[in-house]
Amino acid sequence: MAPVPCAICKTSRALIIRPKNHQKLCKGCFITIFEEEIHHTVTTTKLFSRGDRIAIGASGGKDSTVLASVLKTLNERYNYGLELVLLSIDEGIKGYRDDSLETVKRNAVQYDMPLKIVGYDELYGWTMDQVVEAIGKKGNCTYCGVFRRQALDRGAKMLGIKHVVTGHNADDVAETILMNLLRGDLPRLARSTSIVTGDESSEVRRSKPLKYAYEKEIVLYAHHKKLDYFSTECLYSPEAFRGSARSLIKNLERVRPSAILDVVRSGEDMAKLVPEAVTGISHCKSQKVSLSSADGEEEGAAGCGTNGRSSGGEMADMEKKLQEDEEASSREVEITSKVPNGVNGQRHDRIGAKPESRNGVKREPGKKLTRQTLGTCKTCGYMSSQDICKACMLLEGLNKNRPKMEIEIDVEDEESSTLRRKMEGLALTAA
Amino acid sequence: MESEETLPIVVEFTGGLEMLFSDERKHRLSVPARDSKGDAVTVGWLVDYLCEEIMKDNRKEMFVLDGHVRPGILVLINDADWELEGEASYALQPNDNILFVSTLHGG
Repeated sequence: MAPVPCAICKTSRALIIRPKNHQKLCKGCFITIFEEEIHHTVTTTKLFSRGDRIAIGASGGKDSTVLASVLKTLNERYNYGLELVLLSIDEGIKGYRDDSLETVKRNAVQYDMPLKIVGYDELYGWTMDQVVEAIGKKGNCTYCGVFRRQALDRGAKMLGIKHVVTGHNADDVAETILMNLLRGDLPRLARSTSIVTGDESSEVRRSKPLKYAYEKEIVLYAHHKKLDYFSTECLYSPEAFRGSARSLIKNLERVRPSAILDVVRSGEDMAKLVPEAVTGISHCKSQKVSLSSADGEEEGAAGCGTNGRSSGGEMADMEKKLQEDEEASSREVEITSKVPNGVNGQRHDRIGAKPESRNGVKREPGKKLTRQTLGTCKTCGYMSSQDICKACMLLEGLNKNRPKMEIEIDVEDEESSTLRRKMEGLALTAA
Repeated sequence: MESEETLPIVVEFTGGLEMLFSDERKHRLSVPARDSKGDAVTVGWLVDYLCEEIMKDNRKEMFVLDGHVRPGILVLINDADWELEGEASYALQPNDNILFVSTLHGG
């Protein structure tokens, strides 16, 4: 095939086809436009303020390495006035994390950023290797995911930093949206679409500046900029449900590359339709933090090999699904009842068409609001929506050095809101 | 009819794919210039060749699914997205660099 010239500069040879619009670009123009789009995301969402100290959750993988590189470039080019720090979590997985941490150490030198590594062993007294030895491979992602999210918060606090950025990309977000859609979990679907969780008053905010960046372009950016990153699979990742969602996304991308961003946009639109009381995301300032950051229910946290955090097995998934089906129907009523009040006028044509026949049990708003109350864990003092945070609950079980009761494992595999729903479900059944 | 003629090419695997190929990132190969039918070899042919001749790992499905390079694996021909080069039908040239990058692995 004859070389195609770049659609922007018209001179150099095109090497890249952009998934979102099929634009054919040369290497230089691609790198520029990729960076400019991140800059656009950062500025239009007012993600940072001058003087902010930002911790980059760095795993040594492609996403966080590209994030660190791009933020450094933009910080210098546009004089953001940010102080960037790399924050890495050492889960304690020999032959996996110790190698990728070497990459992060090199990145710290390459990007001239300070690096802080916090280990599960120092925070929790357990490495993941020890956890797996105690509980087996199955369900270990739950421990790792819960621990990692809290570890990022703790690491940030140790550094006196109030904002952690992670390398979640458009594919990750689309995958999470699909998973939550398939689980019938609208609250989490809504939360997973927002670029930032928490606000000025939060102890630690989380954001994903690469939210609109295709994984494919991230990899190409890393390739063409010759970035030093590490890629391997977590030795323990079982990955079931997330893996299926991921394959679905990748298959869709092959047929219709724009599908990934389309799913992200659809997720955002759906999020707007979910009432505040359900999502825990407040549009006013009274809400401190959306639950996602505290409860560890965000999409795959940066650094996990497969972004995987599959729950305990297909039976558990199915069981959960059945319970959530019931839940979803009651929520649906709430949604339809809200819309006529003009919560989201521009979409009300779609909603209006919804059948009103599902007149399920209507929940009192008060019940739902309890779901959002964010406090601190009585044991460790970190953010939690429950008296005892999930990390401490898991640790308690580990420290007792015995397998947890089955029902507990089940509950832990899921998210705390699900726990509450389950309990509500039980209460309903009992009544 | 296979000819004696061979093509020197470089095949690279990154993004985690190297683990399927003896943990070697860069493979300098000398491949037959013609396939069994006597046609010039293509990237599509190369993918099969790599599976049969080079891959020691038995997890072939991590590289090829349903007769195609697995979705999520990028193929670059001399640094250009293979979609710009006719994908699997691209006819290999001497000293081509074919890079397979997985986007599927985390860090």
